[in-house]
Amino acid sequence: MKSSVMATQGERWFSRVNALVLILVALLCLFPFYYVFIVSFASPAEVRQSVLLLFPKQWTADAYRYLFSTSAFPRATGVSLFLAIVGTACSLVITSMLSYGLSRKRLKGRRVLLLMILLTTLFNPGIIPGYLVVRDLGMINSVWSLIIPVLTSGWYVLLMKGFFDSIPAALEEAALIDGCNDFGVWYRIVLPLSLSSLAAFGLFYAVAYWNTFFTAVLYINEPEKWPLQILLQNMLIDSSTALGGVTDSALQDVPSQSKKMAAIIVSTVPILLVYPFLQKHFAKGAMVGSVKE
Amino acid sequence: MNSANAQAKYPGRLSGQESLGKSIVKHGALYLMIVPGLLYFIIFKYLPMFGLVIAFEDYKPYKGIFGSEWVGFAHFERLFSEPMFLTILFNTLTLFFLNLIFCFPVPILLALMLNEVRQHRFKRVIQTLVYIPHFMSWVIIVSISFVLLSMDRGLINELLVAAGFDKVNFLMNPDWMRPTYILQIIWRESGWGTIIFLAAMASIDPEQYEAARLDGAGRFRQIWHITLPSIRSVIVVLLLLKIGDVLEVGFEHIFLLLNAMNREVGEVFDTYVYVAGLQQGQFSYSAAVGFFKSVVGLILVMAANWLSKKFGEEGIY
Repeated sequence: MKSSVMATQGERWFSRVNALVLILVALLCLFPFYYVFIVSFASPAEVRQSVLLLFPKQWTADAYRYLFSTSAFPRATGVSLFLAIVGTACSLVITSMLSYGLSRKRLKGRRVLLLMILLTTLFNPGIIPGYLVVRDLGMINSVWSLIIPVLTSGWYVLLMKGFFDSIPAALEEAALIDGCNDFGVWYRIVLPLSLSSLAAFGLFYAVAYWNTFFTAVLYINEPEKWPLQILLQNMLIDSSTALGGVTDSALQDVPSQSKKMAAIIVSTVPILLVYPFLQKHFAKGAMVGSVKE
Repeated sequence: MNSANAQAKYPGRLSGQESLGKSIVKHGALYLMIVPGLLYFIIFKYLPMFGLVIAFEDYKPYKGIFGSEWVGFAHFERLFSEPMFLTILFNTLTLFFLNLIFCFPVPILLALMLNEVRQHRFKRVIQTLVYIPHFMSWVIIVSISFVLLSMDRGLINELLVAAGFDKVNFLMNPDWMRPTYILQIIWRESGWGTIIFLAAMASIDPEQYEAARLDGAGRFRQIWHITLPSIRSVIVVLLLLKIGDVLEVGFEHIFLLLNAMNREVGEVFDTYVYVAGLQQGQFSYSAAVGFFKSVVGLILVMAANWLSKKFGEEGIY
């Protein structure tokens, strides 16, 4: 009797300490974002004076006004939005058509093709040969070099094919026999059944395109075509953070710290906005994400 | 019309007995649909594999792949005789082992703690929050670290000064490169890394815990004797896969952390290839370095996969 009472007391303490540590971990995960957010909105005086600014007394959006009155920042944001929207659409169409084809038994040679795609996940020839292909296609400094070379991946094709495998062929037979062609079957029958899965893949593609950095380092040399992530990195390295083009003298006073933080927030917000939708698809997402980036 | 009828009316249509030509005529649209995707793999995956021949040539852009002079293994010989080779190998292995020791156990620990939470809503809220950093790009993760660690009004240095310490140049001092790298990985990936372990824990039969409780086992003993053994196989597979990826220390992440001061401790294969190839234009040499890395990587992945099958766990391939 006594030992069970002690056990339950111990249990209670265990639960409390456990919960407390988890709350601390969650706060640690979020605090940097919160701090960046706060400083981006704090008045210059407060940014310069306080050591640990947890809540500004005076809020100002001057840092954001500064960023969007430059020419470079809105342009880079536009490039990243273009990538996230157009790139995701292209990737979904290409990936789902290929995966669908490969999942159908009526496609001859699918074994060989699947093996061929599996091989690409095993061996990566490296940066240089890929760069030479993109260069020889004349895509250097084209915004398409940030989309076409990363349109799809072996992992995504194999995962999506696995999903289409679970759609029984019987569903399509009737339509095929009624004279509907394969494209029509895919478009009218299979896609509507796969919307939630497509949404999951779409969100992961969108996040990847929005976060485009590496391909832009390789393929884009002209600052006018930089996506947001490259501009952000340059602002961080360059302590002056003067982007040029700002005429409003009231905005010259914005501390460079606040400009940097505001730029970080702008590049973070779209992801936080789609995050609740992403989260709905974590079961599939974990599969996609934990296997390979 | 049921499928047996269909079979009778269109013999071979659905059974896969017809020839390729007939199948293409009948399902032309299906073959057309896979063409763009296949072209992608041919152009952006297989063409570069073929392009690796420049690792054995003295490739000159104006001569092209077919016109450049064949030099055999000269670039590989140069790689192995460069003093830099040992440095990048050492740096890569150091980062890998630090990663294994400090980053690998954190998601397991976190998953064990989350698994002990009985209130589902609280658990979900914590999960939602700790997953967020995973979706941020390395640029954002590194940027936030920069503004926190900066000498110029960075939060951490301001706090150090307020507490009576000297400022520390975290970003430029080579001694701080590796700890920064490790902490950033822990921050970004630990929450997300719990998913796979939590999934494994969810499939544990609750009756096991019930029985253990009746035997008087506390929470720690339940974790030790039930939870941990149940996720052992997942841990083994992930560990082996990680070892297979030893050379993949994260180009984007390291590229962002590198500067003139810490290059000596932070240079790894990918960043070396980038500098030698794209900044200095030594395409053949850097392709050879990349090739070497890819071959070693392939061997390690295959070995890891073979080992995990040996352990009776499912491999990925």
